Amino acid sequence: MRETEFAIVGAGPAGLSAAIEAARAGVQVTLIDENEKPGGQLFKQIHKFFGSKEHYAGVRGIDIGYQLLDEVEKCGAEVMLNSVVWGIFENLDLGIIQNGKRNLHLQPKKVLLATGAVENALAFPGWTLAGVMGAGAIQTLVNVHRVLPGKRILMVGSGNVGLIVSYQLLQAGAEVVALVEAAPRIGGYAVHASKVARRGVPILVSTTVKEALGKETVEQAVLVSLDENWKPIPGSERTLDVDVICLACGLSPLAELAWMAGVDFTYIPQFGGWMPLHNENMETTRSGLYIAGDLAGIEEASTAIEEGRLAGVAAAESLGYLSPAAAEEQKTVIRKRLNQLREGPFGEARKEIKEQLAFGGGKWRY
Amino acid sequence: METYRILQHPILGEIQQGKPVEIEVDGKTISAFEGEPIAAALLAAGIRVFRYTTKRHEARGVFCAIGRCTDCMMIVDGIPNVRTCITPVKAGMKIQTQVGLGKPQEMQP
Ligand SMILES: Cc1cc2nc3c(=O)[nH]c(=O)nc-3n(C[C@H](O)[C@H](O)[C@H](O)COP(=O)(O)OP(=O)(O)OC[C@H]3O[C@@H](n4cnc5c(N)ncnc54)[C@H](O)[C@@H]3O)c2cc1C
Ligand code: FES
Repeated sequence: MRETEFAIVGAGPAGLSAAIEAARAGVQVTLIDENEKPGGQLFKQIHKFFGSKEHYAGVRGIDIGYQLLDEVEKCGAEVMLNSVVWGIFENLDLGIIQNGKRNLHLQPKKVLLATGAVENALAFPGWTLAGVMGAGAIQTLVNVHRVLPGKRILMVGSGNVGLIVSYQLLQAGAEVVALVEAAPRIGGYAVHASKVARRGVPILVSTTVKEALGKETVEQAVLVSLDENWKPIPGSERTLDVDVICLACGLSPLAELAWMAGVDFTYIPQFGGWMPLHNENMETTRSGLYIAGDLAGIEEASTAIEEGRLAGVAAAESLGYLSPAAAEEQKTVIRKRLNQLREGPFGEARKEIKEQLAFGGGKWRY
Repeated sequence: METYRILQHPILGEIQQGKPVEIEVDGKTISAFEGEPIAAALLAAGIRVFRYTTKRHEARGVFCAIGRCTDCMMIVDGIPNVRTCITPVKAGMKIQTQVGLGKPQEMQP
C-alpha cells in the first residue's frame, strides 16, 4: 500500500489551497482529482469576483485558477489526476481508481475531503427531454468548451448561479428568453440581477416551469404563476418557444465519501442541506478527517479558498510541521478574511451558523 | 450546417481549442477539436439526442456535462455506456447513438 502524509480529495479551489498551505509547511501532500485537469469549478467562472479587497476582488475566477495552479506546481505537492476516490475506510485509507482501470490503495495520515457540490435537479413533466440541463453543465459547455447548448434559453432560478450563467449565455451570443423564480423575490445579488435585466431579459418572480414540451428535444416551455402559498394559479399558463431549459435550483454538498467515513452530519438549509459537522479547524467528528469548500456548506469560490487554507494549516500543525503558535497566527489571518467574505445579509447569517458549528457546543447537532 | 460554436467571445477572445479533426457519428462525418469532450463536438454540430432509455425508449441528451448523471452515454468505438461529456475526442472516432444498455443486439437505433 502506498503511503502519504496528507491526502486531499478534490482539486477545486478548496483542495488546491489546502495543498499549497500544507506543502509550504513541509507536509508530503497528495492531491487527487477525477478530472483530466485540476481546478474544479473555477475555470468556468469568467466573471469578476467581489468581496474583500485583499481577496481577489475584481479578478476573474479563471485567473485565480491559473494563479493557484502555478502555486501548486511550485509547492511540490503531488497531483494525481484522472483518479476517482471510490472509498474511504477504517484507517482513513483510500480506494482510488486511476484512468478508469488501475486500482490504487493509499494510506494517508490525514485526509481532507474537498469534493465540492452537486446540482439540484427539478422534476416536471418533460424534464428528461434533451435540452433540459443543469446550469453548471451550461457554464462548462459555454465557458470551457465554447459550445452553445441551444439558442433560446429559459433559465430557472434566480440565485447567483442562475443570474451569472444567464449573463454568460448572453455574452456568448444566446438569447435568454426569460428567467423564472418560484420565490416572490430574486435570490442572488442585485448587482448580478441588474446586469441581466439591463440586457432586456424578463425576470419573472412567483413563476415556475410547469412543463417542457417537445418530441425528443425541448421545443417549448409552459410557465405558470404561483400564488403566495406557492400553488399554481389556474389559467396563468403561457408558452414560450425555447430550445434549452437551464436548471439553476441550487447546489448540495457532494458528501458520499463523508457519509462513508461515518462522520456526524447536520442539516442546514442555508448551506444546501446535509453537510458534515466541523470545528474551527475544518476537522470533522472523526479525528484527522477534514472538509472544506462546498462540502462544508455551499458558498463561493473565495470562501472555498480560505477554508481550504485553514484545513491545510490545521493539518500541517497536527502533523507537527507548524508549532501551535505559528499555526494560530496563520489561522487568525485566514479566519479574519473569511469573516470579511461573509458580509451582507446572506453572508452574515452564514457567518453566525459557521461560528455556532465551530464553537457553539453543538446547537446544530442532530 | 448550423454551428453552435462560440467563435468570438467578449472576454475569452477568439476560440482556441485543439487541432481540428473529423469523427463519425452514426455514419455521418462531423468536425471536432481533438481533446474536447465528444459531447461538445456533437452539440456544436447540432446533435442533441445521444441515447434512448432501455424500458421506455425515451430520448436523452447532455444533462450535467461533468460525468455525474450518465444521460450522455453512447457507443464509442464499439464500447457502450461511454460518458461522452468527459471522454475526449480523438481523430477518426466512431460514435453511435445508444439504445438501451447498448448490448450488441441492440446496437442499431
Ligand atoms: C456547476 C457549478 C458552478 C458554480 N459557479 C460558481 C460561480 O460562478 N461563482 C462562484 O463564486 N461560485 C460558483 N459555484 C460555487 C462553488 O462553491 C465554488 O465556486 C467552488 O468551486 C467550490 O470549490 P470546491 O473546491 O469546494 O469544489 P469544486 O470546485 O467543485 O471542486 C471539487 C473537485 O473534486 C472533484 N471530486 C469530487 N469527488 C471526487 C472523488 N470521489 N474523487 C476524485 N475527485 C473528486 C471534483 O470533480 C472537482 O474537481 C459553482 C458551483 C458549481 C457546482
Ligand atoms: S451529461 Fe451527465 S454524465 Fe455526461
